[in-house]
Amino acid sequence: MAEMMYREALNRALFEEMRRDPSVFIMGENIGERGGSYKVTEGLIKEFGPERVIDTPLAEATFTNAAVGAALVGTRPIVEILFVDFTTLPMDALVNQAAKYKFMSGGQGQVPMVLRTQGGAGNGLAAQHSQSLEALFYHIPGLKLVMPSTPYDAYGLLLSAIRDDAPTIFIEHKLLYMTKGEVPEEEYVVPMGEADVKREGEDVTLVTYSYMTLKCLEAAELLEKEGISVEVVDLRTLKPLDEETILESARKTGRVIIVHEACKRGGIGGDIAAMIMENAYDDLDGPVSRVCGLDTPVPYNLELEKVCVPTVEDIAEAVIKIT
Amino acid sequence: MTKKSPKKNAAKGKVSSPGVSEKILLKMYRSAYATRQFELKCMDLYRQGFIRGYLHPYLGEEAIAAGACAAIRPEDFIVSTHRGHGHCISKGADLKLMVSEIMGRATGYCKGRGGSMHISSKEDNNLGANGIVGAGIPIGTGAAMGIKVKKSKQVVLVFFSDGAANQGVFGESLNFAAAFELPVIYMLENNHYAVSTPVECSFGNCDLACKGPAYGMPGVCVDGNDAVEVYLATKSAAERALNGEGPTLIEAKTYRHGGHHINDPGLYMDQEVLAEWKARDPLDILRSKIKGKKKIQEIEAHVESELEEAIEFAKDSPQPSVDEFLDSIPNY
Ligand SMILES: Cc1ncc(C[n+]2csc(CCOP(=O)(O)OP(=O)(O)O)c2C)c(N)n1
Repeated sequence: MAEMMYREALNRALFEEMRRDPSVFIMGENIGERGGSYKVTEGLIKEFGPERVIDTPLAEATFTNAAVGAALVGTRPIVEILFVDFTTLPMDALVNQAAKYKFMSGGQGQVPMVLRTQGGAGNGLAAQHSQSLEALFYHIPGLKLVMPSTPYDAYGLLLSAIRDDAPTIFIEHKLLYMTKGEVPEEEYVVPMGEADVKREGEDVTLVTYSYMTLKCLEAAELLEKEGISVEVVDLRTLKPLDEETILESARKTGRVIIVHEACKRGGIGGDIAAMIMENAYDDLDGPVSRVCGLDTPVPYNLELEKVCVPTVEDIAEAVIKIT
Repeated sequence: MTKKSPKKNAAKGKVSSPGVSEKILLKMYRSAYATRQFELKCMDLYRQGFIRGYLHPYLGEEAIAAGACAAIRPEDFIVSTHRGHGHCISKGADLKLMVSEIMGRATGYCKGRGGSMHISSKEDNNLGANGIVGAGIPIGTGAAMGIKVKKSKQVVLVFFSDGAANQGVFGESLNFAAAFELPVIYMLENNHYAVSTPVECSFGNCDLACKGPAYGMPGVCVDGNDAVEVYLATKSAAERALNGEGPTLIEAKTYRHGGHHINDPGLYMDQEVLAEWKARDPLDILRSKIKGKKKIQEIEAHVESELEEAIEFAKDSPQPSVDEFLDSIPNY
């Protein structure tokens, strides 16, 4: 086991997959010599050259659609879009093209592409660089959606995503890049569609993903001192959704809170809550509740930004309220 | 939208060159000098921890905003970019409200919600900076459409850079504006880089002005470090627009004096080329054209004290109230 940063784990996954499979290539803005703004693509251009590590013109709609085309002729493109906020520009490529090609063609073709991007608040980057937009993709049949919280999961899931034949949206969180964790030296994959119980507990289940997993684990730690035992289910993959693990935990604790940074309205939490209610209503001790981001664009000012996103205290309070 | 026919022949535009009055020169110098000082002070404030997030200095490009904004009137509109401080200042922004915004204070243009990348000023007809590269181009085009619908005599000046000219909305907007003969000026600030990507690597044809005629409008290329050239080109484009003759594309060639943002050392930039551009400093070029050297000193002294005051004002300004913010969130 080696300890590495989240961004290093992603970088290693890219190196290994590009070595293993010559049909894998990556494109995006300033990912070559500069290594990407968050250094995830650092060094790739030296080994694989500008034909497989492509600094694109600033044209998200076109290079994402281009990835669809390249995938159709047998390559495995990875596209980097610097901020999830900018994925609204290539929405047609994702929603109407990548997500539907296999279906519409009666299975004749497929689009094995990965769109890597990065979201979340916390760095004072204001309303157009701080969003959590996963629900947009969650809503679209035909797209897989991955949001890992640890270096271990980031590596293993990026491998899975690249090898998968479905178009996959892979969303990193800007506050995770520098976080560290153990990553085995040998190659491994984390299968898509498997949630991970990051902490076992008896009284309350927190269902979460991405950066909020860290906040939930912190809250669980605090609550343990109060005598409350909290289970933390990290979804890791949002689509396919691991309903079984969620339901198992819900049945065990009888109390569920869904925690995400994205706005509450129309967020993934509502869908998961409904799924739990549909399947495990009789096993619950109370209604499923949510701790989510405020329904507002994210402001620039530090103090205002802080109140838009769930804190450890918000999560702990919500747990105390239902126990 | 109706359009006049037959379509006018969109030949390569030419800059008419009457002399530029001392008054205009001084006005441009005030804008350029204020922008230069503003950026340097903001970089200090950033390093002292008063500013967070992104800060994209306009250092080296000051002559473009200064020249272009001097050629339009207060009632005309501008659309700005993530590198927008110079546009704001040149359009007449209040330095107090600008520094306050960049420091996230309640007294800022956007109540501390926008920061450096999102300053807009209704009072100055500044429709705003943008964090989405290229987004301002169609927004400015639409503003020109609104003007045509309202039949008001106004012009829209859209600032954007070479990177933005790679976006599909660039071509779509130029086509749109030419087809409808909209009163809009596309000011392409070609600073030769989009972050670390040089223009030569992202365009098949690096003559960006020539994209104007391709869409049916004049395409003018000027020295973006010479405020007078920018002024004259903008002036004739504005006249064209006000006469109902439609849009103009102006490519103003320039160079960033540093990296993409304050935390980017810009080591990928060709240091020799950078030195050449720095030797052609837009402020020096402008200064050399002004006769009244005493006036220059007056302007500089005035700008410096105005800026000191603005910084004091911002530092003394309150943080936005969290409760007020929470109360103001709409239910949609
Ligand atoms: C749609 C979109 N893509 C990418 C970015 C990230 N980004 C911010 S500025 C920039 C470069 C812009 O280059 P250019 O338009 O030439 O403007 P300059 O920074 O040179 O003034 C990039 C890629 C963004 N903000 N928006």
